[in-house]
Order: sequence, then C-alpha cells, then structure tokens
Amino acid sequence: MLYRENGQFKTSYRADQQIFPIAQDRIAVALLLAVAFLVVPMLASDYIFRAILIPFVIMALAALGVNILVGYCGQISLGSGAFMAVGAYGAYNFFVRFPGMPLIPALILGGLCATFFGILFGLPSLRVKGLYLAVATLAAQFFSDWMFLRIKWFTNNSDSGSVSVNNLQVFGFPIESATSKYLFCLALLVVVALLAKNLVRGAIGREWMAIRDMDVAAAVIGIRPMYAKLSAFAVSSFIVGMAGALWAFVHLGAWEPAAFSVEISFRLLFMVIIGGLGSIAGGFFGAAFIVVLPIVLNQFLPAFMGLFGIEVSTAGVSHAELMIFGALIVWFLIVEPHGLAKLWSTAKQKLRLWPFPH
Amino acid sequence: MAFFLETLIGGLMAGMLYSLVALGFVLIYKASGVFNFAQGAMVLFAALAMARFAEWIPQWTGIQSPIVANLAAFVIAGAIMFVVAWLIEKLVLRHLVNQEGATLLMATLGITYFLEGLGQTLFGSDIYKIDIGMPKEPIFMLDGMFQGGILVNKEDVIAAAIAAALVALLSVFFQKTSTGRALRAVADDHQAAQSIGIPLNRIWVIVWCVAGVVALVAGMIWGSKLGVQFSLTTVALRALPVVILGGLTSVPGAIIGGLIIGVGEKLSEVYLGPFVGGGIEIWFAYVLALVFLLFRPQGLFGEKIIDRV
Repeated sequence: MLYRENGQFKTSYRADQQIFPIAQDRIAVALLLAVAFLVVPMLASDYIFRAILIPFVIMALAALGVNILVGYCGQISLGSGAFMAVGAYGAYNFFVRFPGMPLIPALILGGLCATFFGILFGLPSLRVKGLYLAVATLAAQFFSDWMFLRIKWFTNNSDSGSVSVNNLQVFGFPIESATSKYLFCLALLVVVALLAKNLVRGAIGREWMAIRDMDVAAAVIGIRPMYAKLSAFAVSSFIVGMAGALWAFVHLGAWEPAAFSVEISFRLLFMVIIGGLGSIAGGFFGAAFIVVLPIVLNQFLPAFMGLFGIEVSTAGVSHAELMIFGALIVWFLIVEPHGLAKLWSTAKQKLRLWPFPH
Repeated sequence: MAFFLETLIGGLMAGMLYSLVALGFVLIYKASGVFNFAQGAMVLFAALAMARFAEWIPQWTGIQSPIVANLAAFVIAGAIMFVVAWLIEKLVLRHLVNQEGATLLMATLGITYFLEGLGQTLFGSDIYKIDIGMPKEPIFMLDGMFQGGILVNKEDVIAAAIAAALVALLSVFFQKTSTGRALRAVADDHQAAQSIGIPLNRIWVIVWCVAGVVALVAGMIWGSKLGVQFSLTTVALRALPVVILGGLTSVPGAIIGGLIIGVGEKLSEVYLGPFVGGGIEIWFAYVLALVFLLFRPQGLFGEKIIDRV
C-alpha cells in the first residue's frame, strides 16, 4: 500500500525524466537526506563519526567512482588505490605549495591529477579488455606505490613519504570537529552522486553501458570506443581521486603511501561488486557493508567466542576476520551475484504489489 | 661483461621461479576460464603446511631423518592441497558456473582472504623455514673466460631445474594423457566438452589439484629461499605480469614470459634503477607487460580472439 504508483501520471517530458519519477521515492530520499544532515549529527558520538560514518561517506564516494568505470563501462580496474593516492598527493602538493589555497579547489585539482593519471593508465584499455586489463591496471597501483615512496618531490622531501595537513577550512569554517568533517564529506558526496546519476543516465552513460555490454557492437553502431572508455576512466578517476584526497585530508590527516596500497583497490572492487555493479545506490550499500563489517567482527567476535569458552588472541581475531571476510564475499557472489542493490530493487518490486501476490 | 652475464643468469633463474607460479594461473585459466587470484594464497598455504609438518613430524614420531620428515611433509601438504582443491570446486566454483569473468575473479579474491586467514590460523603466522637441503654456497663458472668467473647460486640452479622438470611433466600430461586431452577440450569449449561426456566438475577438481601441487612446489622453493611468511602471497602479484606477457592460455608462454620478466626485472634494477632511485623491479615488470600488450593484446602465445557481433 505504501509503495504504489497508480494515479501518478506524468503529463510532461520533464516529469517523465526526473531522477526519481515516483513520489514515494522522492519523499524517501528527502527524508534520508534530512536524517543524514540533521538527525545523525545530533545523535552520533565522536567514535561513530570517526570509525564508521566518515570512512563510510568517503568510501562511498570512491566506490561511486569505481562503479562508473567497472559497473557502467565494464573496465575492471584493480588500480583504484593508485588513483586515490594520486588524488591525495596531488591535492597535497597544490595545498602546501600555493599559500592560501582553499580546500575545495585543492581537492578538485587533486581530482584532476588523478584524471590525468587515469587516462594515462586507461590507454591500454583500448587494446586489451577483461582480465588482461584488470592485471594491466595493477601497473598503475605499483607505479604509484613506488612513485610516492621514492620521488621526494611529490612528498615535499619527506623521507618516508609520509605527509600531513592541518588547518583545513571551507569558506572560513574550520573542518576540525568530527561533525564538521562528516558534514563536509557528506555534502560533497551528495553533490557528486547527483552529478554522477545524471551523467550515467545521459548520452555518455548510455555509451559507457553500450561499450560494457558489447564493445564491438557498440563500435558498429557508431559509438567511439576510445572516447567512451577514456571518458569513463577520466570521470571515474576524478571522483576516486577526490575521494582519495578526502580520505587523506579529512579522515587520516597524516598519511603515507601505504595508506593507498593494493589492499584498498581490492576493497573498492568488493564494495562495487557486493553493492551492485552499474548502480549508483550500489556503491553506498557496498561501502556500508565493507566499512562496517570489520568493525562489527572486531567488536563481537571475541565476545561471541567467549560464550564457548574460547579465548581469541588479537592475531586470531584478524585471521578470523580474513576468513569471515573471504567466506562472506564468496557467499554473496553465489547467493546474490548482482549485489545488494538488486535485493533492494527486488524488495521495491514486491512492495509495489504488496499486499497482493500478483 | 661478466657482471652483465651474472645479472642475466640471476634474472633467468628468478624468471624460472616466476614461471612456476605463473603456471598455476595458466593451468586454471586454461581449463576453466577462471583467473585465479588465489594462487598466491595457495602458495602460502601449501608452504605453511609443508614447513609446519616438516617441523611437527619429528616431534610426533621421533623420526630424526630430515629427508623422511620433508618427504612426509610434502606428501601431507600435497594431500591438503587436494582437499582444498576439492572443497573449492564443491563449495565455490560449482555454484558459479556461467558467471561473468569479474564475478569469478572476485570469488577467487574471496578464496584468497579465506585461505590466508585459515592458513595462519592453522599453522601460525610467524616466519618458518623449509630446509630441503638446498646448497647455499655459490659456484663460479667460466673462470677462464672472464676474470673472477661468473657467480651463480647453486640453489637457483636446482630450483630452476625443478621448475623445468615440472613444466616438462605438465606438458606431457597435457599432451599425451587422456585426462590432459579432456582438460584441453574443456578449455576450448565447456559445452562441447560436456556434450561428449567429459565431466566438467571432475575436470575442475583435477585442474585445481594440479594447480595446488604446482603451488606446493613453488611454495617449497620460494620458502626455502626466502622463508615461509605472509609476504609469500606477494610472489603471486609479481608473477601476474608474466601471465599477461605470456598469454593467459599458454603453458610455454608462462615459461618464456617468466624468463623475460625475470631478466627484465634484474637488468632494469641494476642498470636503470640507480637513475630513478631504485626499487623499480616490481612496477617495471608490469609496465613492460603493459607496453607489450599495446602491441600484442593477447600476449606472446595467447590465442587471438576474434569478436563477432
């Protein structure tokens, strides 16, 4: 009864082409945004902000970027960590080398650095595809790992490659407290998600999806593979780079190249696959799952094993975490290969008919 | 000149070991179309099992002979890898038939995490050694030709010989036995193979078992060189450029790719490294493979795929 769309007639093309054509969706999204912007900051504690909400928001942004490349354009990438690193160090260089550089332009310039890097390492996608490309993108990962460790210029001549930023502010407001950090990242996420949603349902998004579904056929009907693939790499790495800059600037504050290792690339890919390939909402689901899961396991596993009288060491917890993580991924792939977003849309389908079975 | 040759030989030897790991990737990709990211975790798992059993068997049975202990440990570790292969087929692959490449890749990533966690839970996470009696001292060759001769690691030579023997064995297995023929048939076309009565599930178990044994041998050799520890999983990441250089479906490609990457890595590190700050080994291999892919996207010996609409 709640989610029924009869009676909602579209009388103009405009109405038909809205992002959320169903009234209930619009209300739900508005409510969700209100909760995220108003209620959450009042309720959440500092710990929840720092351990869960801020990482979730930033990772959701990164997953959004990866989803554009992997989910919408079908170019599997294992180099997302590198794009994050380039974004972070790029933004850092603009931030410290130009006195008085405001935060937002620094983030955008960092994103542009990542765009350039992404296009460069996206070039092989014109020749190879699928699994070959997945391995080829690892080149970007290892190259960036090395670059930020060894080339001192990028890290302002620090020995270990570790750098830090402070005194972040936006339009004169300091970004110091957990709440302000959260709100800043969330605002950015909402803006980018809106832009991305519009991008993927426009002409360029359709080109990406055509390339993903069958690149030869797409080329035959007049889609330029080079333009489509490289633009996907560009847009994706811009978003991922911005997320990397946020991760470094806002979440970590001080970081070293190891913060963007190949591990983070894998995690981003997990987020996209578990969340749902080719779905903007999927990135959010996936990020929530991957960010929250280790924390939950860390908190509850020792207590749970304690019930059976088994003492678990710290190393034991981390090993068990790896095992549960791996098993869950496999389980998810078997049970729901289209990700959490698919579950969500199935639920919506059912709700449209509820309480009638047909 | 002598130094150059020394580097070259060192590179060839290292390359042989890369091909050993790469072989595991190729075998599985060839027979099932799965890009097995878990190969590195399998190497770690097998090496951990072997190292620990070689340690435990003398404690449990009182047998002091290291040969018996190592042999028994090898057999037990091999058996464990069989069980792992069977379980992977039974619990994971069987349910993922006909899924996309990306999904299968992710599944093997999941297996990677699981095996890493399980291996360290069962066998501990310290650094262990595997001592299979490999000679450590270097030998000198061609004393007459160059001043001081060329320094070659005996250990590397033996490792390369083992790798070469394994490759020869696998080639015979693939070419001459009926199981090998069945494997190749499955590689060509799952459905066609199934329709003439080749059991797909059994083939998968076999090929994962073979990959498990290859992982065990690789783990044994790498483990006796570097010690068995978590970083062994990164060996797989270093073998990946070998696979794409050689072509995902070619056993000889894995060997030759391994040699090229091994030599390229060592030479670049020695002759190019000093100009750019060193440590370029790991990405150089990838960039080499990448540049190569631009000219020949299917790798050296890979099959050319013709797309049709």
